[in-house]
Amino acid sequence: MDAILFYASAAVAVTSAVVVIAQRNPTYSAFALIVTLCSLSVIFALLGSPFIAVLQVIVYAGAIMVLFLFVLMLLNVKSEEDTPGRGGRTLGGVALALVTLLVLQAGAVLVRSKPGPAPQFDASTRKMAEVLFSPHFLYVFEATSILILAALVGAVALARKEP
Amino acid sequence: MDHPSSFVHHALLLSLVLFGLGTLGVFLRRNVITVLMCVELMLNGVNLAFVAFSRAAGTLDGQVLVFFVMVVAAAEAAVGLAIVIALHRHRDTLDVDAFNLMKG
Repeated sequence: MDAILFYASAAVAVTSAVVVIAQRNPTYSAFALIVTLCSLSVIFALLGSPFIAVLQVIVYAGAIMVLFLFVLMLLNVKSEEDTPGRGGRTLGGVALALVTLLVLQAGAVLVRSKPGPAPQFDASTRKMAEVLFSPHFLYVFEATSILILAALVGAVALARKEP
Repeated sequence: MDHPSSFVHHALLLSLVLFGLGTLGVFLRRNVITVLMCVELMLNGVNLAFVAFSRAAGTLDGQVLVFFVMVVAAAEAAVGLAIVIALHRHRDTLDVDAFNLMKG
């Protein structure tokens, strides 16, 4: 049952990711990306990370994608049109993506060559909080609040009308 | 769970497919917003790899890193989209090829 759900979600994630990059209309791309993020959330849950799975839906599919859709609607974005003389760039993109894929595949093969027994694993929200607020990560956590504040101020400063 | 170790390996494969698709999209698409969405796709591939490795290693450090990646992605989306709005105000287009003032 878990395996069926896992591979079905993986297939949905890959299919919708292909739609994201193949679609010329950015609004449809955004909706396809929401499907990708939700199916990834299922995979996170199956890998034993309920906290990350819920965060994925709330933060990514909920907050970030709403921000994208808001800007798409605000700017009234049109579909891309064909322009000549971009074949070289397309070829370069395909080549670079293939090279990235090969390098990462090599890494994945290296990982597979050392199969350890699956250790005991508890990623409940309580355990996550214990790790997140341990002295190891506490200052990093506090630093992210400064980052969010800086991003907030920066976004307002960048997007406002110039006086 | 049936086969956790095979899940981990296949999740890694899925993560690199997503990362590759995101890379391809960054080069193929010309709309700035779509390019930003492809970057989000790449970040999600990385997040999946973090979760899979965290599962394989049996520690929660990878999951905490996913948490931080999400925070940075939210900040990046906010600032990136603000820049997109400013660009659209100045050039009236979202085509990445139109923003070539710094081109030598």
